[in-house]
Amino acid sequence: MSRSDDIWILGIHMTKFGKHPNLDVVDLGAEAIQGALADAGVTMADIGILAAGNLLGSGSIAQQLQKQVGQTGIPAYNVSNACATGATALRTAIMAVKAGEVDMGLAVGVEKLAGAGLLGAGGRAKADNDEWERNGRFGAVGPVDGRIGTESMPGVFAQIGMEYGHKYGGADFELFAKISEKNHAHSTLNPLAAYNKAMSLEQIMNDVMIAYPNTRPMCSANCDGAAAAVVINGEKLKTLSLEQQRRAVKVSASILTSDPWQEACQVLPDVNTLTRSAAHQAYEQAGVGPQDLNLVELHDCFATAELVHYDNLMLCEEGGAVDFFESGAAHRDGRLPVNVSGGLQSKGHPISATGIANIWEVCQHVRGEAGDRQIEGAKVGLAHVIGLASACGVHILERSAA
Amino acid sequence: MSTATQIPFVEYLRLEPTPHLVANECTSCGARYFDRRNACAACFATDFTPVDIPTEGVVRSFSIITFAAPGVEVPFVAAVIDCGGTSVRANIINCPPDPEHVSLGMNVRLATTVVGTDSAGVEAVNYGFEPA
Repeated sequence: MSRSDDIWILGIHMTKFGKHPNLDVVDLGAEAIQGALADAGVTMADIGILAAGNLLGSGSIAQQLQKQVGQTGIPAYNVSNACATGATALRTAIMAVKAGEVDMGLAVGVEKLAGAGLLGAGGRAKADNDEWERNGRFGAVGPVDGRIGTESMPGVFAQIGMEYGHKYGGADFELFAKISEKNHAHSTLNPLAAYNKAMSLEQIMNDVMIAYPNTRPMCSANCDGAAAAVVINGEKLKTLSLEQQRRAVKVSASILTSDPWQEACQVLPDVNTLTRSAAHQAYEQAGVGPQDLNLVELHDCFATAELVHYDNLMLCEEGGAVDFFESGAAHRDGRLPVNVSGGLQSKGHPISATGIANIWEVCQHVRGEAGDRQIEGAKVGLAHVIGLASACGVHILERSAA
Repeated sequence: MSTATQIPFVEYLRLEPTPHLVANECTSCGARYFDRRNACAACFATDFTPVDIPTEGVVRSFSIITFAAPGVEVPFVAAVIDCGGTSVRANIINCPPDPEHVSLGMNVRLATTVVGTDSAGVEAVNYGFEPA
């Protein structure tokens, strides 16, 4: 057993995001795993741990996938952490490698979400002729969603963006729509995106309003997809071929946080504090700062969310997210391109796959393998994901010096 | 003996003497919760005392929801209200649900609305906030 503190991504794969009516979660997850293994140049025999996530599934996706691609008796972890499930699976594999228990780990996230509709909202309506009965943590006599604010994701994240506007000003419907326009424009260069058509500002603003100020194209696209990654420690990597060493991507930081208590976090999820904390820790662990980044994939589950994360990830000074965006910095030809994949609004958001797919995107660029959408000379990138309630994963990836 | 004909929609809404919200306040650090906690999420202390929440506040954030779960009337305005330093989740009511009538920083006050009547004739009364 080899051991070293540095962790590398040896291979990584993302399936086409979109509608896969003829593939189930096991098919999609297996495709991602076999793609990642092939990219890494290893087989299931080399893998010491499997961590797998599938939020809407049965809870045993790891074992189901082993039966599909190779049962070797290794420990298998089924992880669940809302939209941060993929990043959590990756981090689980990384921790096992870092602990020295295994040389190589495999993480996979897969989701079938095409046609899933509105997520988050729910609750049972009272049947007629019943007498009022108190239920739940608030002792409510009926569903609170829609009667005491909203639990729908578009509405929650709309409020998160609007709250930023209230605090700092300058964030209005048109600004949020412009962020979406950028991401849809970026997606035209990504053949794996669920949607890759450019949309004009007018089209975006005049589309169906879901939760003001988020219209439909400003919301993440529910779709099917999977992503997987093979991680390895630095000592073991040195025993592999020069080509494998050259293509390996260094995980300079791998951080997972949950939300610390904040006054209002019981009422509206606070996605800011834990993201800022994760970013702080990641920059410190990697020994790089936001000014060193060549690209960022951040969790734009809604256009209103992207804005606040410019600030939370410290891509701009505090309160400066609107100016940062208006400066053109976040466009692919800007100073610090954000979501060149098209982001969740156009690439799509198959929940458990998202926290590995964003890392795949950064890896493509730092390896110089991103094709038409390559950010020239990219050496360092950051991938951010957030799941409500909340969990935040931040990874910083660096090109190999080999 | 008279029977109550109105009950609050949630336990943290009190209808008497006038409608207001009540939070469980941590006696150690002052953190407030509208549901019950085993320990304070901020400081881990275990003693709480009920406190009345101011009925006037300011809209700190909002969204106008046009797609919602079945049974929810749309469009409606979901908001976070700052009531004297305590954040409250609520709908904005008695106000047209559009960006011309709802704005960030708007002053609002607590108002009640009957959400339904059960088979025993008891009305459930919910709260919202209306323009002040």
